[in-house]
Amino acid sequence: MEEKHKPQEDHHEQDKKQSRRKFIRDVSIIAGGAVAGGAAMYAGMHYEDSKLPSGERLKLLAADGKLLEVDAHHVAEAHLPESELFIEQGREGLPGHKWVMVVDLAKCRNARKCIDACQSAHHLRPEQYHINTLQMKESKNTAPYNMPKPCQHCDNPPCVSVCPVDATFKRGDGPVLIDNERCIGCRFCIAACPYSARVFQWFEPPMADEDKDLTYNVELNVPQKKGTITKCLFSADRLREGKLPYCVSACPNGVYWFGDEMEDAVTNGTTKETVKFSDLLEQNAGYQLMPELGTKPRVYYLPPKNRLFPFEDGNQEEQKG
Amino acid sequence: MQNSYDQVASDLFRPVRVNKGHIIWMGFLTVALFLCLYAYSIQLRTGLGVAGIRDYVSWGMYIANFVFFVASSLIGMLMSAVLGLIGMKWIRPLTRIAEIIALAFAAVAGLVIISDMGRPERLPYLFLHGRIQSPILWDVTVVTTYVLISALLLYLPLIPDLAIGKKILTKPKFLVKVYEILSVKWRGTSAQWEIIHRSMRILLILIIPVALAIHTVTSWLFASTPRVGWNSTIFGPYFVSGAFVAGIASVIIAMYFFRKNYKLEKYITEMHFDNMARLLVLVSLVYLYFNINEFLVPGYKLEQGDAIHLQDIFVGHNAALFWFAQLFGIIIPIVLLLFKQMRKPFPMLILAILIFFASWIKRYIIVVPTQEHPFLPIQHVPSSFLIYKPTLIETAITIASFLLVLIIITVLSKLFPVIPVWEMQEEAELKEKGGQP
Repeated sequence: MEEKHKPQEDHHEQDKKQSRRKFIRDVSIIAGGAVAGGAAMYAGMHYEDSKLPSGERLKLLAADGKLLEVDAHHVAEAHLPESELFIEQGREGLPGHKWVMVVDLAKCRNARKCIDACQSAHHLRPEQYHINTLQMKESKNTAPYNMPKPCQHCDNPPCVSVCPVDATFKRGDGPVLIDNERCIGCRFCIAACPYSARVFQWFEPPMADEDKDLTYNVELNVPQKKGTITKCLFSADRLREGKLPYCVSACPNGVYWFGDEMEDAVTNGTTKETVKFSDLLEQNAGYQLMPELGTKPRVYYLPPKNRLFPFEDGNQEEQKG
Repeated sequence: MQNSYDQVASDLFRPVRVNKGHIIWMGFLTVALFLCLYAYSIQLRTGLGVAGIRDYVSWGMYIANFVFFVASSLIGMLMSAVLGLIGMKWIRPLTRIAEIIALAFAAVAGLVIISDMGRPERLPYLFLHGRIQSPILWDVTVVTTYVLISALLLYLPLIPDLAIGKKILTKPKFLVKVYEILSVKWRGTSAQWEIIHRSMRILLILIIPVALAIHTVTSWLFASTPRVGWNSTIFGPYFVSGAFVAGIASVIIAMYFFRKNYKLEKYITEMHFDNMARLLVLVSLVYLYFNINEFLVPGYKLEQGDAIHLQDIFVGHNAALFWFAQLFGIIIPIVLLLFKQMRKPFPMLILAILIFFASWIKRYIIVVPTQEHPFLPIQHVPSSFLIYKPTLIETAITIASFLLVLIIITVLSKLFPVIPVWEMQEEAELKEKGGQP
């Protein structure tokens, strides 16, 4: 019985609702029209005002190099959205430079300050290394030494060759970067890199919550993203500010020299002394890691001669601790 | 003559019906598949880290499985195209089985590779931002092409059978309708035969370079890197010859079960097993030859990286898997199949199952150990980074891919006759003509 009544009630209810809706609709149309009309009139007046020349003329250089002249009144600062700006400038780099790094193995005592600075700048886990210091021993009778190993920023990078989507790319000023908004997570680049320089975000990155409102900066690779690659960037964000990379500045022992091959000058991160890049390599027999692979690294090493510190095996200590 | 004609058709269409056993089998496969897909949903939520892969061994079971699937799919090309084009008549009842296996493995290979992606939702980027320099793009292109050609090679010779089937089959109704539509008004006129023969010939020739390309390019995913153990110039032919071994094992297993379950002893005879055994020995010998090259030459020189790699797989912690793969995947089958008793169906089934497992493990041995010893030492990382240990979740996801292959094979072999009917009819006709000259 009840069920029979129900449809009728519904019908009634619907009628009411409909008339209520109609009323609201009509009112809102009128109100909306009034507001829009007022706004149009106001805008029109304002537009007429704005047509008045201020008298001051400005010369501006357009993006294509053309010189333009406009009234000063019309000039407003153009804004690329930050997200696009970061990607655009990050992919273009800093024209006119060729960044290089020189690592003096004689000075490294495995203090691991470079690693700490890097991991905190890039929001990494303790086992995720953009730069790692390895304890090397080539053969039975050769002496062991500590070797900081960042990405070698190869001029012929195997990782870039194999990337299927142009997520990792080589910049004109030297660094090899990774765009984690493009990366599909195939990890072909990890397989291809002979220096084991690349790291994958196997899980949600440690600071995902804190970073979720940040705009992605490809030169810092923050926020990190689950399921994508992260790697050493030569601190491209610091280079843009005219500063030395995080690891270079953090070293207490003067291991790192960083600079511009075009200027033939490198600066020590600890002493801030600047020397000629070519002299530094020449006087200290600088070399590259595995140049026989044809990768053309941008990181150079000075051999561990006349070491400042005795070698302690960091791995054994780690195992004990 | 009319009699043997009908006999063939009714024999071969007999299995095309749904019975209890089939429903139970499909039910089992489906339930198992959903269980395994649950594992994938965990991976999607938590990240690829639920698998045992880490920063050094970053390609594990999924990639090994992908290589295995691409390898197994090559059998379609070997059976139909290579043997067919040189005029081997005995393969005729086996071509459709080989083609179904090829299609199933090739199609699922594409899904396997997606399960290895950190960001599967970005798959379209391959087309939007694809870089032709990357071997992954080549692989995507040729695998897709291979799936398409394999599907056509399965479908075209099926058309005359569909026309026969729509007359013979009475139920289920929907299947008769499917036959009706798919048989595209086939009446068997000489013009129609001409079209089928010509297009088949074109496809059979076309599929040879495409099949070679899919596995060669797959091998280049490794050989195009400077890593020890992958940095090899013979990886292409090494992979292709190994693929034939794995594929023949799959076909032998399928032959055995179809013959027994579908009562096809008259069509898949001991002669077929004997011939498949000989074919298996031939491709195994070729594969053995490439193995000798792949391991003996670097083993003689013992460059530092090669020495570490070879020590690991010959006597190190990967040795048990390596020797299992080499012995059961190549050497033991070659020796045993010299004996006639071993070329009978049942011993062949046992051997084929062993080869199938060994072939899978061989892909694992090709993919994993190389990454466990990179050029620079692995230090200051958790011990789980040093040696790859597959997890339960990635094992389940890998099993899902096999279940999917089994489902595809089961469905196709239930919907359509697994042996080409018109070809068998032709043979029966020839036999009768020969019988009464």
